[in-house]
Amino acid sequence: MRHLMNPLDFSVEELDRLFDLANRIEADPAKYAHACDGKKLATCFYEPSTRTRLSFEAAMLNLGGQVLGFSDAGSSSAAKGESVSDTIRIISCYADICAMRHPKEGAPMVAAERSGIPVINAGDGGHQHPTQTLTDLLTIRSLKGRLGGFTIGLCGDLKFGRTVHSLINALVRYSDIRFIFISPEELKVPDYITDMLTEKDIPYEEVIRLEDCMPNLDLLYMTRVQKERFFNEEDYVRLKDFYILDKAKLSAAKKEMLVLHPLPRVNEISVEVDDDPRAVYFKQAQYGVYVRMALILTLLGIER
Amino acid sequence: MLNVGKIEEGFVLDHIEAGKSLAIYHHLKLDKLDCTVAIIKNARSNKMGKKDILKVECDINTLNLDILAFIDHNITVNVIKDGEIVDKKELVLPREIHNVIKCKNPRCITSIEQELPHIFVLADEEKEIYRCKYCEEKAGNSSTW
Repeated sequence: MRHLMNPLDFSVEELDRLFDLANRIEADPAKYAHACDGKKLATCFYEPSTRTRLSFEAAMLNLGGQVLGFSDAGSSSAAKGESVSDTIRIISCYADICAMRHPKEGAPMVAAERSGIPVINAGDGGHQHPTQTLTDLLTIRSLKGRLGGFTIGLCGDLKFGRTVHSLINALVRYSDIRFIFISPEELKVPDYITDMLTEKDIPYEEVIRLEDCMPNLDLLYMTRVQKERFFNEEDYVRLKDFYILDKAKLSAAKKEMLVLHPLPRVNEISVEVDDDPRAVYFKQAQYGVYVRMALILTLLGIER
Repeated sequence: MLNVGKIEEGFVLDHIEAGKSLAIYHHLKLDKLDCTVAIIKNARSNKMGKKDILKVECDINTLNLDILAFIDHNITVNVIKDGEIVDKKELVLPREIHNVIKCKNPRCITSIEQELPHIFVLADEEKEIYRCKYCEEKAGNSSTW
């Protein structure tokens, strides 16, 4: 039985097959509308995450399956002290596949070890959020036509951003990728990532201002710069505008550059950018549903 | 000079860093075995200045020595049969270590679910880095129980 705990659990070839399936679903959703008839997805969310949970539920409903579950630990038996291991054994009796989010790192892996059904890690603390990475990869592959052969700028909080670290680790498996890290000094990408890039001989650059690299980018992955990450208010006020994407900054970008964002955005992308054809973050959310549909079908062994 | 007699069958763990023998005694769970054990502390050593030695009289198939490599791969493991050294075991880093290193990450699931084993997996053999199976936290020098 296969689970998904980490974006690197699938080989590049397996990911290609998964993304091909997601693209076939995108092209002809009606063909898959009954693929999971009679199957149930349990969404076990020990902490609230509306978009991820709804994306999983939409994916299963689109496949003709049904969903059950809980959306915070307070309404589950965890409030009575039940362990993750016991909960998953019970859930295995009720459902065919489970998506689990938990504030503690590694909880979905504990579940996978004891589970009788496939478990998908839907986010475990600051550790992994593999379906976000799969969503990012599918969006890039679908809209660029390839994974590789581009310069990607990652902008914002690169120190604590889980989605950024996962995406970098996933992208280094493809060829001819150049990274540009755009962040304030306080939120630079961790050394273990730049060390890994140096070791693999993958080119990267670190810049402070978004304007400094905009014309060179084929992709721009935006994340939020949170005020509480700064040591003092003065630095935050001085730097925050460097990381807000607006029409003026976007005007320096290539015509075919794509802007991605894991969402929710707060103010790091001005709403005036939303109508620009390069802004694909809402399409990205749609690809998130397709990739979860493909993942459910793959893990259930319905379609590979 | 202290004299400890020969053993017929078992292991002599030599060149243990001085002061570490008792920790090894516990990691090998020798306290739970009904066998003769000699713990020699601060023995004179030409190579190390001083060292610890453990002599364990037991069936050579009963003891799992994998953990020794993690603790100190410079330990010499002499296998004794019929009172003679029949083999010198080379220590190989174990792929997984169970309940020897405690995960110190307060965000790890093992911090709230007490019955879970603390499992560390060899993530980088060259750099001898172990990571928690669940949260991937790196094992530090002070992580052993």
